[in-house]
Amino acid sequence: MIKVKNLTKYYVHERALDNVSFTLGEGEILGFLGPNGAGKSTTMNIITGYLSSDAGTVEIDGTDILENPSLAKKKIGYLPEIPPLYNDMTVRGYLEFMFRLKKVKKPMKEHINSICELVKISDVKERVIKHLSKGYRQRVGLAQALIGDPPVLILDEPTVGLDPQQIIEIRRLIRDLGKKHTIILSSHLLSEVQAVCDKILIINEGKIVADELKTSLTGTGSSTSKLRVVVEGRRQQVRSLLQKVDGVTKVTDLGETEKGCCEFTVESRRDVRRLVFRALSKTDFSILEMSPVEFSLEDTYLGIITGKAGSKEVQDNVSNI
Amino acid sequence: MSAIYRRELGSYFTSPIGYAVLAAFMFFSGIFFYVQCLYPGSVNMSPVFQSMFFIVLFVIPLITMRSFADDKKNKTDQALLTAPVSIPSVVLSKFLSSLTVFAFCLCSFIIEGIALSFMASPDWSVIIGNVFGMIIMGSSFVALGIFISSLTESSVVAAIVSFVINVLISLLDSIGYTVNWDWLTKVINVLSFQGKYNDFALGMVSLSNVVFFISVTCLFLFLTDRVIEKRRWA
Repeated sequence: MIKVKNLTKYYVHERALDNVSFTLGEGEILGFLGPNGAGKSTTMNIITGYLSSDAGTVEIDGTDILENPSLAKKKIGYLPEIPPLYNDMTVRGYLEFMFRLKKVKKPMKEHINSICELVKISDVKERVIKHLSKGYRQRVGLAQALIGDPPVLILDEPTVGLDPQQIIEIRRLIRDLGKKHTIILSSHLLSEVQAVCDKILIINEGKIVADELKTSLTGTGSSTSKLRVVVEGRRQQVRSLLQKVDGVTKVTDLGETEKGCCEFTVESRRDVRRLVFRALSKTDFSILEMSPVEFSLEDTYLGIITGKAGSKEVQDNVSNI
Repeated sequence: MSAIYRRELGSYFTSPIGYAVLAAFMFFSGIFFYVQCLYPGSVNMSPVFQSMFFIVLFVIPLITMRSFADDKKNKTDQALLTAPVSIPSVVLSKFLSSLTVFAFCLCSFIIEGIALSFMASPDWSVIIGNVFGMIIMGSSFVALGIFISSLTESSVVAAIVSFVINVLISLLDSIGYTVNWDWLTKVINVLSFQGKYNDFALGMVSLSNVVFFISVTCLFLFLTDRVIEKRRWA
């Protein structure tokens, strides 16, 4: 659906994008992650035809954005970082303007009403945009992106400025939209990307540093697993017991947490929870807590962005890419 | 294209700017009409049009100042440039909407002509010719104003710069009289707006003057298109 090949963009002499390439199939939701100034918005602006790239191509559903901009732009609904709203218009007036601007061939009133229902702005339709709160403005911005039912949606930080309940609503909406639309979503919130997207792209200093399915980035699909164990007993003995368990590759001592208790992380090649339990149940030491350490996207992200792979999983994942 | 035209035209009248411009224009045209036609009892409206030349210099920057500057400032240009419309049609729509507001202003002359016709029989060919001339000249100033507006984010800066340039253009004639070089006087006469406009005001519609103003309009609309296009490559 979306094919981006070798995008490069310079701002004066500074390189904003460096050989960015990715493809996205129909009905997929891509999460675009990166720190501020990484090139997320620049990439989105190039895909939507707002900016031109210095090199590289963008294809939307087989149409090149430079060769046939009108046709390609018709297939895209774009919500920029700052929603492009005309403050002096009413919500209805604005959406009708966008409807005409995008040359949509549908019954106007019904189409706009159904979109207003979808993003829940029906009750402010007659209000002037400059009097709306940030949350409503964001939703009006989303509504204009949905006008014409374009197959591709590009949303630049769609949940910024919303309250927690609205964030949950918008995420649910995006997931629902993802069933019919191909969506690219940018965010600096990892939890958001984790909750909504099928695919994740991490971009830093204009380069794609990680491009993977979510499962492999979060480490749930990786071959190593990690356990956190809190045991009541003598540290040295517990440590040597854990090390002897079959399959364990590394035991890290995290020190004493409560009086008489010590905490360890146990890394292994396979699931060793039962073996750890059995090994310790033969002794007087009791297990107070045992939980798998889920390798969070946040760790990967920080590891990749700072260039310091914090743990082995990070290195594994990066080398997989 | 009609969507942008309608929105732009509507935006003049959902804010005070459209009404303020219309009121100011009609106020001055009314005063000149009184002083030059009603008070001396003359049916000749040409002096009114000549006097209004300077008011046009003031009024048009106010009409065009927000055109592209506000779009850039409020980031609404992202909606226009990512929509399936070409840049030239965006520029043309904005130009036509500004020109329409200016044309509304010119209605005051028609009203004055009608007022005169109750008392005497004014020369309608002079009035219509003048309104036509003013639209043609006005379109050059509108295109220039839109071009200036596309260069900045601030509508105030756009208004001031276009106003200064308009005044410079109108001063060209006086400079033309004072310089001693023949060739420079010739060049200035060719570029003079006021000299050409005065021909219209006297009721002379010459093809070369019409072509001159239309060429200036096209030049600045083309330059505006280039500025917007260049922004994509910035």
